[in-house]
Amino acid sequence: MTALKPRAAHRATVISAAFVALILGLGLLGLCYGASWSSPGKVLAVLTGAEHSVVILEWRLPRVVAGLVFGAALGVAGAIFQNLTRNPLGSPDVIGLDAGAYTGVLFALTVLSGTSAQLATASVLGGLLVSAVVYLLSSGGAFSGLRLVVIGIAVNAMVTAINSWIVLRAELEVAIAAVGWSAGSLNGVDWADLWIPFAVIFVLLALMTSQARAMHQASLGDSLAVTTGVTLGRLRLLMVLIGVGCTAAVTSVTGPIAFIALAAPQIGRRLVGAAGTPLLPAALTGAVLLQGADLLAQALLAPVALPVGVVSTAIGGCYLIWQLTKEVRRA
Amino acid sequence: MSAADRSLPVAKTRRQVPRAGLLLGGLVLLGAVAVLSIGIGAHSVPPAEVVRALFDYQGTDDHVIVWDVRAPRALLAVAVGAALAVAGALIQILGRNPLAEPGVLGVTAGAGFAITIGSALGLAGGQAGQLVFAIIGSVAAALLVMAVGRQSPLRLVLTGMVLTAVLGGIALGLRMMLPDAFDTYRFWSVGTLAGREQEPLALPLAAIGVSLLGALLLSRPLNALELGESVAQTLGAGVARTRTATVILITVLSGAATAVAGPILFVGLIVPHLVRRPAAGSVPWLTLYSMVLGPVLLLVADIGSRVLLPTGEVPVAIVTAFLGGPMLIWAVRQYGAGTR
Repeated sequence: MTALKPRAAHRATVISAAFVALILGLGLLGLCYGASWSSPGKVLAVLTGAEHSVVILEWRLPRVVAGLVFGAALGVAGAIFQNLTRNPLGSPDVIGLDAGAYTGVLFALTVLSGTSAQLATASVLGGLLVSAVVYLLSSGGAFSGLRLVVIGIAVNAMVTAINSWIVLRAELEVAIAAVGWSAGSLNGVDWADLWIPFAVIFVLLALMTSQARAMHQASLGDSLAVTTGVTLGRLRLLMVLIGVGCTAAVTSVTGPIAFIALAAPQIGRRLVGAAGTPLLPAALTGAVLLQGADLLAQALLAPVALPVGVVSTAIGGCYLIWQLTKEVRRA
Repeated sequence: MSAADRSLPVAKTRRQVPRAGLLLGGLVLLGAVAVLSIGIGAHSVPPAEVVRALFDYQGTDDHVIVWDVRAPRALLAVAVGAALAVAGALIQILGRNPLAEPGVLGVTAGAGFAITIGSALGLAGGQAGQLVFAIIGSVAAALLVMAVGRQSPLRLVLTGMVLTAVLGGIALGLRMMLPDAFDTYRFWSVGTLAGREQEPLALPLAAIGVSLLGALLLSRPLNALELGESVAQTLGAGVARTRTATVILITVLSGAATAVAGPILFVGLIVPHLVRRPAAGSVPWLTLYSMVLGPVLLLVADIGSRVLLPTGEVPVAIVTAFLGGPMLIWAVRQYGAGTR
């Protein structure tokens, strides 16, 4: 059962507080770090308006905010789908939603003119289309999370193949931009790209918070949820829309950042020691993971900035393998 | 013992005929697809001419194309397809995991990554070097994934996918760091047969041939193992020995296939699923069918890779993913995902 024992609840509070501190620290570090180091004092002065710095406000701040917000959005999307499928593998990046959103982005880039609004719309539509396809293909008979995951993996492979084909067919300029993007990157993000995705994510997260209780009950089992007055069909549809919206909003700006959505809920769950896949730890872990990965991506090969997807994959993956090993040893 | 041997004598004669007939049909299909694959390309050769070139070489332009380019490439496709399909079948049987295959478990990714590192260090230039690195990589990946995943099919797949993603990420990072040294990574990251027929690949092909033979020899003890360990021991099969030999075959097959063509996913997953019903629980038949149907799948995918783009070629791994997706979905809907 997901209900926390007093000790576990205490642990969850402590860990959440630690996460918030970590997020603030990483955010500050992200603002200080760059081609030239700015002291934390100066950054604080700029943030409070005492000083002015284009570098910090226009270059670093959007990137840091994007890293934190997008990380949280991916973490929540991952937790939603892992809850719905009751399967750690059922996260958006595994079952093809990232790839579908990216197909939308590629379509907007190659066929349309590729404005921010077009990218966001096409990306959401792509994600929704893929989730509908996965759902329809895995429906029929009793719902099985594992079956959905396997079908999702198959759809993901097909959509990824289509994406590679589009890139191969595309004109060279588009293709080069798209390839740099295919690993997921926060390089060169500025405020103008961010308003639409941020607005979408905030609306969706607010909606999510209002439904968190019902979702928790749904995760306790279908019959129990129905008894406590949750309309399952509508709730599931809403959850899917929120999850796809979060994933697509992020993908429209950064390209598919693999692994945050898969790893963050699992890492968060294990840190908090909860039985289900709770949302808040997933969001916080996602924010820490993405921001930390982005800092590393900038620092590792400075002055060349790696795509953050590369680093997030390496860190998240290694941590997840280590966690899996620990689980085996305990069992 | 095969399933047919265990059943009653009456049933035996009734059931073995369709199985052999199916195998024959598969071989005919394989031949037809191979002729098509040799014929289709930038310069197409009519099927009759392909057959004439193969059996009555005249030295015309068409015949030179068939012998120097197309036939070797078809041969590679056959070898790689058979290797991947059989490796997939063996993993599925050994792990009792219907979702396992070298690609999904990260074994081919490990092999591809090891070759990348080897060639960047200047050690994997020749075919022996590449084969050695590929096998080291697949052994390391298989050991890691099995140590972490243990008995749970789901955890195995999760670990394999994590490993694939991590290795892909590291390789991409290395490629951005040292573009010159890792130029070859482009090839090892996405499997393709294009231009590979020009490379000397006798050694990996020989390794595949020997391993396929080994798989056939092992399929009877494996059949006993399928019945459970105690039954297998009673029947006189060396359980530990059979297991070890199977793991060795799996890693050599997927390592050698990756050394030939780079990482190709899905062939090892799709083919055993497709032939599971006709094989009806008999490991020898499953292995044989996989050996025939794997090449068919890869040949068809390779034809697709040549006609899908107006200019140049799509890597064959992209086509197998596209073909493999629908087939996997069908298989999952048909048989269920196996273990719940």
